[in-house]
Amino acid sequence: MKVPVRFSVNGDDRDLYIGAHKTLMEVLRDDLELTGTKEGCGNGNCGACTINLDGKAVNACLILGVEADGHEVQTIEGVSEDGTLHPLQQAFIEESALQCGFCTPGFIMSAKVFLEQNPSPSEQEIRTAIAGNLCRCTGYDKIVRAIQAAAKLA
Amino acid sequence: MTGNGQGNGRNDSVGTSYVKVDAWERVTGRAEYAADVRTPNALHAKVLRSPHPHAIIKSIDVSRAEQLSGVKAIITSKDFPSMDELKDSFGGELMVNARDLRRMVLADDKVLFDGHGVAAVAATSLEIAEAALDLITVEYEILPVINSTADALKPDAPLLHPDVYTKTLKETPDKPSNLASYVESGWGDVDKGFAEAAVIVERSFDSMMVHQGYLEPQACTARWDNEVCTVWTSTQGTFNGQRMVSTLLQVPLHQVNFVPTEIGGGFGGKIYTLVEPIAMLLARKAGRPVKFVMDRSEVFRATGPGSPQQSTVKVGARKDGTIVAAQGSLVMDAGAFPGAPVAGASMVTFGPYKMEHFKLEAYDVVTNKPRVQAYRAPGGTPAAFGVEVVMDEIAEKLGMDPLEFRKINAVSEGDPSTNGRPLPKVGLKEVLGQVEGSPHWNAPLEGENRGRGLALGFWNGAVAMSSATINVNVDGTVEVVSGHVDLTGTRTTMTQMAADMLQLPPERVSARVTDTASGTYTDVTGGSRTVYTQSQAIYNACESVLNEMKALAADQLKLNEDDIEYADGAFSAKGNPETTLSWDELAGRSRTRGNGPISGYGTSGRLKGAPAFAAHLADVEVDPDTGKVKILRYTCFQDVGKAINPAMVEGQIQGGAVQGLGWALSEYYHYEDGKLRNPTLLDYRMLTALDLPMIDTEIVEVPADDSPYGARGVGEVPIIPPAAAVESAIYRAVGVRMTQLPMTPERVFWALHDDGSEQ
Ligand code: FES
Ligand code: FES
Repeated sequence: MKVPVRFSVNGDDRDLYIGAHKTLMEVLRDDLELTGTKEGCGNGNCGACTINLDGKAVNACLILGVEADGHEVQTIEGVSEDGTLHPLQQAFIEESALQCGFCTPGFIMSAKVFLEQNPSPSEQEIRTAIAGNLCRCTGYDKIVRAIQAAAKLA
Repeated sequence: MTGNGQGNGRNDSVGTSYVKVDAWERVTGRAEYAADVRTPNALHAKVLRSPHPHAIIKSIDVSRAEQLSGVKAIITSKDFPSMDELKDSFGGELMVNARDLRRMVLADDKVLFDGHGVAAVAATSLEIAEAALDLITVEYEILPVINSTADALKPDAPLLHPDVYTKTLKETPDKPSNLASYVESGWGDVDKGFAEAAVIVERSFDSMMVHQGYLEPQACTARWDNEVCTVWTSTQGTFNGQRMVSTLLQVPLHQVNFVPTEIGGGFGGKIYTLVEPIAMLLARKAGRPVKFVMDRSEVFRATGPGSPQQSTVKVGARKDGTIVAAQGSLVMDAGAFPGAPVAGASMVTFGPYKMEHFKLEAYDVVTNKPRVQAYRAPGGTPAAFGVEVVMDEIAEKLGMDPLEFRKINAVSEGDPSTNGRPLPKVGLKEVLGQVEGSPHWNAPLEGENRGRGLALGFWNGAVAMSSATINVNVDGTVEVVSGHVDLTGTRTTMTQMAADMLQLPPERVSARVTDTASGTYTDVTGGSRTVYTQSQAIYNACESVLNEMKALAADQLKLNEDDIEYADGAFSAKGNPETTLSWDELAGRSRTRGNGPISGYGTSGRLKGAPAFAAHLADVEVDPDTGKVKILRYTCFQDVGKAINPAMVEGQIQGGAVQGLGWALSEYYHYEDGKLRNPTLLDYRMLTALDLPMIDTEIVEVPADDSPYGARGVGEVPIIPPAAAVESAIYRAVGVRMTQLPMTPERVFWALHDDGSEQ
C-alpha cells in the first residue's frame, strides 16, 4: 500500500507516494536517492543512518517514512551551504577523523545537532553525545578531536 | 638511510599529514559505497539461510516461490558448474579452495552452520524476494552439532566432511577427521631448556569467535551485457575477487569486470566473494541486473568472522631473565571448512622474543560455525594474549620489571624469526626504549583497583604483488592509476609518494583506483603490505616517467640525455641551468613533439619482508562490585619504518588498538547449540566513544631494509597487544589472572568473588 506524504528535505518540499511500511531511511535512500544516509544495521544500533528531524538527531532506520509527514528533515547532503563546508565537515577533514568514511555522515549529523544545543562541550559530553554512533576504523580519538575543533571554530 | 634510499626525501610531500584526498566526498555524503550503486532495471536478491547448524539437505522445493509474481530467478548450489573442476586455491590472507568457497556461498548437500545459504531469489522488490523465501520448502535431516574444537576432536565426534584428512608433514592418516591440519615449528629441545629454567610458567587460555565489524555490510550489483559481467562491489581485492568468481562460474577473466566501490571497512573480512557469485548467477538467469545487499544479521551469521583459539603457553627463564625455552599449542577454530589462520598465528606467537629452545604446535579444526576469514593480523591477537600474559607472570616471578624483562629478551636484526629465518632490520629495541622514556610509563598511577599493563605485538608484514601506472597530462598534472583498493588512504599515500618522487606539489597529482578491466593486476589490500609494496611500484613507474621526460627534454634542448638533470619541476643542462625546460612546458610538448603520451608503469613483487613491532601500555580501573574494567589511559608505541602520512598512521594504530580492546573486553559470538544468539550490533558489543579515553600514539621510525622509504606496514600490529595489556593491568589492579577472552564484567566479577575459577 502506498500513501501520500509531504515533508521538507534539506529545505525543499517533497511530495511522495511511499510504501506505508518503508522506513524513513529507505525513503531517503531509495525514493529520494539521498544515499549519504547509510545503513549499517537497520535496527537502531550503529547510528550510520542518523539524520536531523525537526532539530533532533534520530536514526532514520527506526522511523517510518509516513511519520516524517509534515516534518523537516535534514540529511548529510544538506549540511554544507552553497558549496561551503560546515565547520564540522571541515574539522573532520582536517583532523583526519575518517578512514573508510562509512560512519562519517552519521557522526556529523549527531554532532551537528549536539553542538547546536551545547556549543562548548567537555570531552565527556562529546563522548556521550556520539555514543550511539559506531566507528570501527578510528577508535573515536580523532572524531572527538574533530568535534572539539568544530566547537571552537563555530 | 631510508629503506633502499631510492625515494629519499625529494620534496616534503612524504612525512607530512597531507589531507586525505577523498575526504570531501565522505563528509558530504557523496562517496559511493556498494549499496549506493543504482543500476536501471535492477532486481533485488535475498538468500534463504539454514536455521540448523548441521543438517543434510534432503530436498529443496522452489516451485511455489517461482509462482510468486515479481520473482524473476531462483538459484541453489545446483546452478553452479559442477564442482569436480573447482580445484584452485585462492590467496588473499587466508587460503581457501574453490570448492569450499563455493559451498560457503551456497550449501551443497549439507548445511554446516547456522545461517548457511541454501537458495537465493531475485525479484522486482526486496519485499517480494523476502516473501518468496517463505515459499521455499527445504527438507532437512538434522545432524549432531560440533560446537567447539573440543567437541570436534573427540574420538567419536561426528564428521563435518567425509573427505577431510589431517594434513601434516608426517604420513597421511587413513581415516577422515575434523582436524584439517597440524603444523609444528621451532628449534632446539624444549625439554632440555625447561630443565635449565629457574622459573617456569604454564597456563591455558581461551577465546571466542569475533567479527571484523566493518560498518558497511557486504553488497554488490552484477550486470551482464551479453557475455560480459560487470560487478560493482565492496572488496579488498578486485583482481582476487574476479579470479574467484571466474573459477566458480567458469567464466574467463576478461569477461568479468570487478569495479571497486568505496569500501566501508574490511579488516580482512572482505576478501572472499560471498555475495558476488549469487548476484552474478541470479542476474544471468533473470537476464537483468541484480543487487544483493546483506543485512547485519547475515553479516554476523554468514560472512567470515575471526578465528577463536584455545592455547597453552609454557615459558621457562633463567634467573638473569633470559628465556631458555618457550612452548605453545594453539587449537584454532576454522569454522565449517578448513583454513584457520595457522600460519599467521604460528608466526606471531613468540615473535618478539629470543628463545634458545622453542616449539609450537598449531591445529586447524572444523566446527559448525561460519568459515573464518582473515581479521586484522589473523590469529595474532588470541595467540599473543596467552604469550604476553605468561611473560608478564614470569617477569613477576623473577621479581623483574615487565619492561626490563622484555628488553632482555627482545629480538633484533639477525636473530631467528619464528619461521627460522634471520630477521632483517627491526625496531623492537627502539620501541621499548621509547616506552621507557615516555610520559605514560613514567607517570605514577595512583588509586585503588588501578593497574598498568604492558604487552608487545609483532607482525611480519605481507609482500605480494603491486603495480601502478603514472600518466602525465599535457598541462603537467599527473594521474596515478592503480588497481589497489583504497581501504584507509591508499590514494592519499600514492599521491604523496608520486609527488615526492616526481618533485611536484601534491596538489598537481591525483590518484585513482581502477576496475580490473582498466588497471593492472595487484594483490589484495591487506596484510599490512599496501604502502610498503606500492611505494616500490610507484617508484618504478616514476623512474620510467622521468626517463621519458628526460629523453624529450634532451630532444628539445638538443642535448644528450646524460647531460640533462631534473630538479623541482625543471629539466636543465648539467652545469648550465640557463638551458632549461619546465616540467609543464615539456608535458605540453609531449603531445606534438615526443614519442607519444608520457606514461610510466611500475610493479613490485620481490621485496623482503618488513616486520613491525609494537608495545602497548594500558591503565585500567576495575570496579570490584561489577567487574567492569574501565580504560583510563592507553598508549601505543609502534615502529612504522617511515610514516608517509603521520595522521593516517596514528588513525590506523588507534583504530586497531580499539578493535583489540573490544576483543579484550566485550566482543564475542554467543552460540547456543550451534545457533548464533547475538547477530545484532546491540548484543554483539563493539566499543563506543563512551567506553574509551583518547588513544595516544608514539611513532618510532626504524626504516625497513627494503622499499623506497623503508615504510613498514602499520595496520595489523596494533590489534595484537591490547588484550594482554589490559589483562596485565587488571592483574596489577586487583590481583586476578584472566585467561579467557573477552574479559567481560561477569568474568572479572567471578574471578574476584568466586574461588578464582572463571565462569
Ligand atoms: S542503520 Fe540505523 S542505526 Fe544502524
Ligand atoms: S571511518 Fe570507518 S567506520 Fe568510521
